[in-house]
Amino acid sequence: MDTAVKKLFDEMYLQDEAIRPIYAEYASWLEGVPHQQLESKRQEAELLFRRVGITFNVYGEDAGAERLIPFDVVPRILSASEWSRLSDGAIQRVKALNLFLHDIYHDQEIIKAGIVPSTILSNSQYRPEMFGVDVPKGIYAHIAGVDLVRTGENDFYVLEDNLRTPSGVSYMLENRKMMMRLFPELFRRYPIAPVEHYPQVLLNNLRAVAQAGVHEPTVVLLTPGAYNSAYFEHAFIAQQMGIELVEGQDLFVRNNAVYMRTTEGPKRVDVIYRRIDDDFIDPLSFRPDSMLGVPGLLSVYRNGGVTLANAVGTGVADDKDTYIYVPEMIRFYLGEEPILSNVPTYQLSKEDDLKYVLAHLAELVVKEVQGSGGYGMLVGPAASKHELEEFRQRILANPANYIAQPTLALSTCPTLVEKGIAPRHVDLRPFVLSGKTVSLVPGALCRVALREGSLVVNSSQGGGTKDTWILKD
Amino acid sequence: MLSRTADHLYWMARYIERAENIARVLDVTYNMSLVPNAAQTESDLWEPALQIAGGIEAYRRDYGEITASGVVRFMAMDTQNPSSVYSALRSARENARSVRVTLSAETWENINALWLEFGQFLGLDLMQKGLGEFCDWVKSRSHLFRGVSFGTMLRDDAFRFLRLGTFIERADNTARLLDVKYHLLLPGGEEVGGAVDYYEWSAILRAVSAFQAYQKVFSDAIEPWKVAELLVLREDMPRSLHACFSEITPILDQLSGRHSSECRRLAGELHARFRYGRMNDIFQEGLHEFLEDFIFSNHNLGAEIQRTFLNAPSHV
Repeated sequence: MDTAVKKLFDEMYLQDEAIRPIYAEYASWLEGVPHQQLESKRQEAELLFRRVGITFNVYGEDAGAERLIPFDVVPRILSASEWSRLSDGAIQRVKALNLFLHDIYHDQEIIKAGIVPSTILSNSQYRPEMFGVDVPKGIYAHIAGVDLVRTGENDFYVLEDNLRTPSGVSYMLENRKMMMRLFPELFRRYPIAPVEHYPQVLLNNLRAVAQAGVHEPTVVLLTPGAYNSAYFEHAFIAQQMGIELVEGQDLFVRNNAVYMRTTEGPKRVDVIYRRIDDDFIDPLSFRPDSMLGVPGLLSVYRNGGVTLANAVGTGVADDKDTYIYVPEMIRFYLGEEPILSNVPTYQLSKEDDLKYVLAHLAELVVKEVQGSGGYGMLVGPAASKHELEEFRQRILANPANYIAQPTLALSTCPTLVEKGIAPRHVDLRPFVLSGKTVSLVPGALCRVALREGSLVVNSSQGGGTKDTWILKD
Repeated sequence: MLSRTADHLYWMARYIERAENIARVLDVTYNMSLVPNAAQTESDLWEPALQIAGGIEAYRRDYGEITASGVVRFMAMDTQNPSSVYSALRSARENARSVRVTLSAETWENINALWLEFGQFLGLDLMQKGLGEFCDWVKSRSHLFRGVSFGTMLRDDAFRFLRLGTFIERADNTARLLDVKYHLLLPGGEEVGGAVDYYEWSAILRAVSAFQAYQKVFSDAIEPWKVAELLVLREDMPRSLHACFSEITPILDQLSGRHSSECRRLAGELHARFRYGRMNDIFQEGLHEFLEDFIFSNHNLGAEIQRTFLNAPSHV
């Protein structure tokens, strides 16, 4: 093991190569399994995933080309006490973010209090159409994916909050199913908390946010269609919840209500779990060239004729520009100290921050404020001179479009690679569900950067996934 | 159920059935080509296959002369030919992908696996090796699809639209096969009999898996009118027109919403022809005319199903 890797926090090994207690039993099991056997399990998993069609489409490749997200057979393990802190922290954060969204679209107390600057109202993700609109139970982000990274035994940071249409939960569920199939003996041996009830919790929450007076609400999942990169997930979740998977063309608006076209005539829809971005959801209100949305949907929504999950306009709260204010939001709305920390963040719109960042570009991670999926991002320590220079020019052209953060020494987790088991960087995305209650199932999507030394875990950039186990201590 | 979902289910089943029938025609034509027959050229032998499956103009444009290897390539693997086995299976899988939520997991996985397995035949010259194996594979995947869907799917509207697609398509295919072959084999009241005839008629029966059934039902030499009777009027023969409509009519009754009366009427009218028709009368009218009219009416029924259920209007 080279020294650069050794400095990092590893989920399984302590600095002196001793095993962290939570991994003790698993490590001794792993030691007894030959590499070849793990490799054949990995291949079996790949075969099964392909057969089931758990694939994603990659933009920019052949239309309809389908790829598998690499699956790693070594799980990430967290103890129940670690988990309870993460889960409390994530819930606290999402509660504050929902209160913030309600506030920013109503009285804007947080701006009046001088905590968040009024410039936030000109953020492109702020939707003036939502001002004064009341949404059921005041919930905007019904599903939130909170990206967490770890740098030490007790050091967890929130990298970002995903409040628009966060994806990846199908991998949490499918990876678990796969692990139970590949290694049933491990599930007999360890008390691994179950995650399979996620769709049921989500459905209960979605039913709970229907308009007042609807007793048997009809919930549907709105997908952009079979060629969307996350189509498998949309189909999977709809199936697990037993609800219709609809496309824009299946819905229409009449008399301040939304209906779907069925073989028995039109049927009223009450709650839409939509996996289409704000921009595409209603061609009459947003992008007129959208073929994916439903004309007139926004006007029904604003009048309370249908519930959208997540709400329109949540993007203003998960924007990288807004991120820095989340700890203050927690104090302001909940009167509590944040349980989870933010990563220290430089705003390049500020002159001092810009100066510092340009001088330390090679040490920092620079992100586009409104970018997603690892596109338009610079990882200083991994970049070539040429790339650094190119990015410097891009920053100078529009500093306000960027933020920068120190390069975090993301924890590593043992991962099966060609040469055997080796450490690879990981992150964690638990999904916080709000509706009837605010809760999480004990599990998460764990993403792993499969390339040696890489810190980019996004599936579009060659990342893979692992099952996440929450174990009783 | 969503109209779009019903549409995908119906067409998915039709495309799988279509792939199976194309494979049957290829298989049987190939087997007939192995029987020595000086009177028949390669083109004589393979042209009917193109007539049954449709697309003879497209073939002439792209391939020119009718040859065994050309027809096999065109009907099995041609990605440009919308009625090739390749295109039918691809469309089936695309339709399935759009409604995987509605299918039972086993049914979806079965269709997905079918498409993945299809890869093994890509790039092979089927005429040189493996045409029989290919056709057997297509048939058995189609059997598997029906078995898996029958054995695992809830008996709801999704299942009904799937079955509806299967039998509308099958009726069309059986009628086409019989029409084209009967026409060719029975020019103007000519005498029948002899070894070649025997092979040809038995080949047709085999194409619809009816050879054993024929022996069992008639235990007699193969005679053209009995073949026709078997494939048109016998309700107990699973690929006959009568059998298809004995499936179709109750399905349309069950799907009966407030709009379905015209579908039911059309299907019931066709069903009655098979239930109460007599082979003698059909022959008097002319089998060709009877089949041609049936293909047309069956097509109309398909269009009515499309209008009623699958492209639902958007008024409340």
